Amino acid sequence: MDTILILTQALNGLQLGVMLFLMAAGLTLVFGIMNLINLAHGALYMAGAYLAAAAYGWTGSFLAAVALAVAGTAALGAAIELAALRGLYRRDHLDQVLATFGLILFLNEAARLVWGPAALFVPVPAALAHTVAILPGVPYPAYRLAIIAVGVAVAGGLYLLIARTRLGMLIRAGASNRTMVAALGVDVGLLYTAVFALGAGLAALAGAMAAPILSVEPGMGEPILILTLVVIVVGGIGSIRGAFAGALLIGCVDTIGRAFLPSMLRAVLAPSASAAVGPALASMLIYLTMAVVLALRPRGLFAARTG
Amino acid sequence: MTRPLLEIAGVDAFYGASQALFAMELAVAEGSAVALIGRNGMGKTTTIRAMLGLVATRGGAIRFRGTRIDRLPPHRIARAGIGLVPEGRQIFPNLTVRENLVATAAGRRAAGPAWTLDRVYGLFPRLRERQGNMGDELSGGEQQMLAIGRALMTGPLLLVLDEATEGLAPLMRREIWSCLARLKGEGIAILVVDKDLGALARLCDRHFILERGHCVWSGDSAALLAAPEVPHRYLGLGATPQ
Repeated sequence: MDTILILTQALNGLQLGVMLFLMAAGLTLVFGIMNLINLAHGALYMAGAYLAAAAYGWTGSFLAAVALAVAGTAALGAAIELAALRGLYRRDHLDQVLATFGLILFLNEAARLVWGPAALFVPVPAALAHTVAILPGVPYPAYRLAIIAVGVAVAGGLYLLIARTRLGMLIRAGASNRTMVAALGVDVGLLYTAVFALGAGLAALAGAMAAPILSVEPGMGEPILILTLVVIVVGGIGSIRGAFAGALLIGCVDTIGRAFLPSMLRAVLAPSASAAVGPALASMLIYLTMAVVLALRPRGLFAARTG
Repeated sequence: MTRPLLEIAGVDAFYGASQALFAMELAVAEGSAVALIGRNGMGKTTTIRAMLGLVATRGGAIRFRGTRIDRLPPHRIARAGIGLVPEGRQIFPNLTVRENLVATAAGRRAAGPAWTLDRVYGLFPRLRERQGNMGDELSGGEQQMLAIGRALMTGPLLLVLDEATEGLAPLMRREIWSCLARLKGEGIAILVVDKDLGALARLCDRHFILERGHCVWSGDSAALLAAPEVPHRYLGLGATPQ
């Protein structure tokens, strides 16, 4: 039975990992290229979840809801970049943290005004509401497998975008020397808006896919933002490959730690002590992981090459 | 003389409170080559940066093909037809040679036929051999070829080179100079900063000598060669055209 539990928890970890990757990809690109710390990235995840819930109400189609949520949040991201963030690139990081923290408060309050304080629920799409036997006698929800598949597919697509397309080349060139990119005739402002909108769209994809397994409510973006910040620091800020590796690592460490650490502690500690220490230690595990990674590789697993 | 392609008239430029250019005057005729000469820190790079909108200017005007460009953002100036080969080359280190050429390419308004990868590789066969290498794996000479190729791929009417051959081996210098002569022959105007007065005198039609942010002398190659005391005074001992 233990191997089955481990397999199930590993898949849960993988599923959290790909969600974190969708979040981290945008955040790390925005930081790596625009040198902007965007705390409001979690609020864009929330926006994606709310838009998906609303669009599902209008259309009744989960696919259409996800598509509308991604497109709508990308547009919202572009608007936020143009209206609020453009003036912040040259400011120091503390100003950016304050301003984007303000955006969190604003967007959370906006969600509360429009949709009310109560959580919304989105049903799992009917086509994926069943379970799949990943091994004989081991069922696993099809919807969670679908999340993993979408996350891996998006990671592949993002790799191709960055590695093979003109936009990807400009993103990398802009990360190493934005002045030179501008001096060669590229509108860096437009490039930044596009990158920010791309990041917002990916966050919305994560939020929309999370909507059927979490409750959609104001403030839902902040817990995942913390995890995402850990991911991009572990992975190496500015690196998409690092975001992918870091997301899977943190997703698995968090899930598996929470599942197994308390029972492992019971083997070495008294029941009352392990009951107190276990959950606390489990929730610290990702930070311990980050500390170990940073001690060994101070710039993260895949330090981005930014000239 | 044909009408000026680029005209800098009475331009001041500042870094913070300190003034770096004083009523700078410079003109580049269409299809001609112009040299910017002076010791380090005399305002050559600042002139180029001011032209490209990378340093704010006050007073005066900068015109390109008769249109004011001195209030435009850098990318609009570049798109008007100015291709920059900056000091230190500034190749994108995390892009391959081919990607460095392609990323910012734009078939805008090139003098003559459009610049393609094949045409750049024809000009610099070495770059074709290195096209899969990353930018930071190249030698200095290869980086300079790449920087020139990258600027050409934007389709410039005016190619601007800051320190065209600095730090390069003699053979590589010769190759860069002959390439610039070829480009000039194809109708591209060139504004070049370098210390090799002999090569500048052969390539360029006019020379401007800068001293502490002022243009203190200008003239054609014959005048430069006829007055060896001029470069001697402003560039120091041994600075005579050969």
